[in-house]
Amino acid sequence: MTKWLEENTPKLVLAPSFVAVLIFVYGFIAWTAWVSLTRSRLLPKYEIDSFIQYDRLFASPRWDTAFSNLFVFGFLFIVIAMILGLILAILLDQNIRTEGAIRTIYLYPMALSMIVTGTAWKWILNPGLGLEATVRGWGFENFTFDWLVNPDMAIYTIVIAAIWQSSGFVMALFLAGLRSVDQEIIKAAQVDGIPTWRVYTAIIIPSMAPIFLSAFIVLSHLAIKSFDLVIALTGGGPGYATDLPATYMYAMAFSRGDIGQAASSAMIMMLVVFTIVVPYLYSELRSKND
Amino acid sequence: MKTKVLGAVSGLAIVASTVAFAEPQAEVLHYWTSGGEAKSVAVLQGEFAANGGTWTDMPVAGGGGDAAGTALRARVLAGNAPTAAQIKGPAIQEWYEEGVLADISAVAEANNWADVLPASIAGHMQCDGTWCAAPVNVHRVDWIWANAEVLSANGIDMPTSWDEFNAAAEQLQAAGIIPLAHGGQAWQDATVFEAVALGILGADGFHKAFVELDTETLTSDDMKAVFDQMRTMRGFVDSNFSGRDWNLATAMVMNGEAAFQIMGDWAKGEFMAAGKVPGEDFLCASTPGEGFLYNVDSFAMFAVDGEEKQQGQALLAELIVGKNFQEVFNLNKGSIPARTDVELDAFDSCALLSAADMSASNDNGSLLPSYAHGMALRGAQSGAITDVVTAHFNSDMSSDDAVQMLANAIANSM
Repeated sequence: MTKWLEENTPKLVLAPSFVAVLIFVYGFIAWTAWVSLTRSRLLPKYEIDSFIQYDRLFASPRWDTAFSNLFVFGFLFIVIAMILGLILAILLDQNIRTEGAIRTIYLYPMALSMIVTGTAWKWILNPGLGLEATVRGWGFENFTFDWLVNPDMAIYTIVIAAIWQSSGFVMALFLAGLRSVDQEIIKAAQVDGIPTWRVYTAIIIPSMAPIFLSAFIVLSHLAIKSFDLVIALTGGGPGYATDLPATYMYAMAFSRGDIGQAASSAMIMMLVVFTIVVPYLYSELRSKND
Repeated sequence: MKTKVLGAVSGLAIVASTVAFAEPQAEVLHYWTSGGEAKSVAVLQGEFAANGGTWTDMPVAGGGGDAAGTALRARVLAGNAPTAAQIKGPAIQEWYEEGVLADISAVAEANNWADVLPASIAGHMQCDGTWCAAPVNVHRVDWIWANAEVLSANGIDMPTSWDEFNAAAEQLQAAGIIPLAHGGQAWQDATVFEAVALGILGADGFHKAFVELDTETLTSDDMKAVFDQMRTMRGFVDSNFSGRDWNLATAMVMNGEAAFQIMGDWAKGEFMAAGKVPGEDFLCASTPGEGFLYNVDSFAMFAVDGEEKQQGQALLAELIVGKNFQEVFNLNKGSIPARTDVELDAFDSCALLSAADMSASNDNGSLLPSYAHGMALRGAQSGAITDVVTAHFNSDMSSDDAVQMLANAIANSM
């Protein structure tokens, strides 16, 4: 009996969460996939009716905007947050005296919820209240910074707020990575008289590849599921210029009673996640098998 | 342990009360949660209790009813529908098609609803010939509000045509006043759009476009003229309007920063709450053109089991359309009673105008459902129109492109 328990305790302990994940993640993915093939409106229906919802989705100009916004936002957010995080981390790594305090300050935005970030930036970027009004108040009458109310530029305000929120966190990740690099190698390089920037570009950064991958995965899932920041900062506006797939899905499912359409957009979002995550999983699994 | 005992005791109490009295019960799902609205619901709650009923309140705040709709769906799918839920417009029929609404024709016929409600509003409350919902109020959507002092200082009267409006707006703009206070949210764009559409298309054209979804009307030259006027109006709002809430736009009219606002009569509540007097501090008029766009709040009745719940449902329906509740509630809410035989002595001049216009437009067939507030079309269709309206208003799209996009969007929403 005790032997059986010893052998099977891990399985028993894991079983409930395994079942829960099976139902609540994969079960519901399957349910959504099913519903996305039906003509569900107010309530879900289960008669399969070809790919009508996907046809409707790709014919919708609003979905086009939302989907291309995802790539504009995702690309700029991930790239800039990583570059900024790396620069901050390298600067902090120079053995400065108040590192602890500065690190905390940069990390703090992460402690705020996206709703707070969005609301604060809404006020800062509002041309009548924030930055533009302030600078004009100083006497620069021609200063304009109206990205928030300009349909062509509004998506970049979301990038700004998201970077502000997350780059401190990326910095912390990179800082940990920088500290984990073998100090012996760095010292050896310094003894050989190699300049500091070469030490970073040729030794430290290449050895941090796994950290880059982790940061990329964390940031890209933040980008794809972005919802609250858009709702708080622009409400999807002006017009629907800053819609993202997540806000599109919400509007269809909860405001318009168009569940089939919402399900099909959710499936497309999931496919985007898969194209990012599957290569990552593949490389992870392969490196373990080696 | 303590909670267990408490639970058992309260469980006993419920059993005891149902067995002993079999009193009417109602569980009411609604989204009237803001100050004035909550006060209005309390009126109904009080009246229900005075008639011996037990009211279970289920307020769901947020999202202009979206959250309440989600809660309702979850309840219905779980087979545990509330007695009554705040649903309006074609959504009532949509729920009826799911086979979950109750028939309250007995109450409606006993209380003569068909005679006291305007025909087109009564139509919304019926599902396949039976009564399935009870109307609470009538909000008029096609209002134009103005700051009286600003208008008189510039020698401007309330406009009676869109050309007059444009001329007045240009004059005000030259005088450094924002002509139109507007909040750039999709539903507010749609509210202005439908007021303009009613004025330019006329009542018949409006019905064809936004109730029948007639493609010819939707792509007609008149519809292009509607989008042209929207483009003109875009020039009359301040540059900072994006995302502004409607009540902040109302405040701009109140303090003289802006002259006009086009908004439903809930805006009146903001003026009143600030101690402004209709006719003196602010003016109300219908937007240029013939007709009346209504937004009627109503409670749909769900099929429920159990004697006391059905009794509660009947009592609730009777009280909602009852004269007393219609008067008290609408005085609180700023709307007008849905039934036409309520004494209006206590109402203000804007409400009196609204009531007079409603009965006049009911007679000449121009009493029309508001598309922007979900009274004319189902969510998918009205949403598709709003997408086009807001995309046009917030870009430099041409009117030709807009009507084409409108026709495509509606075809795609079916």
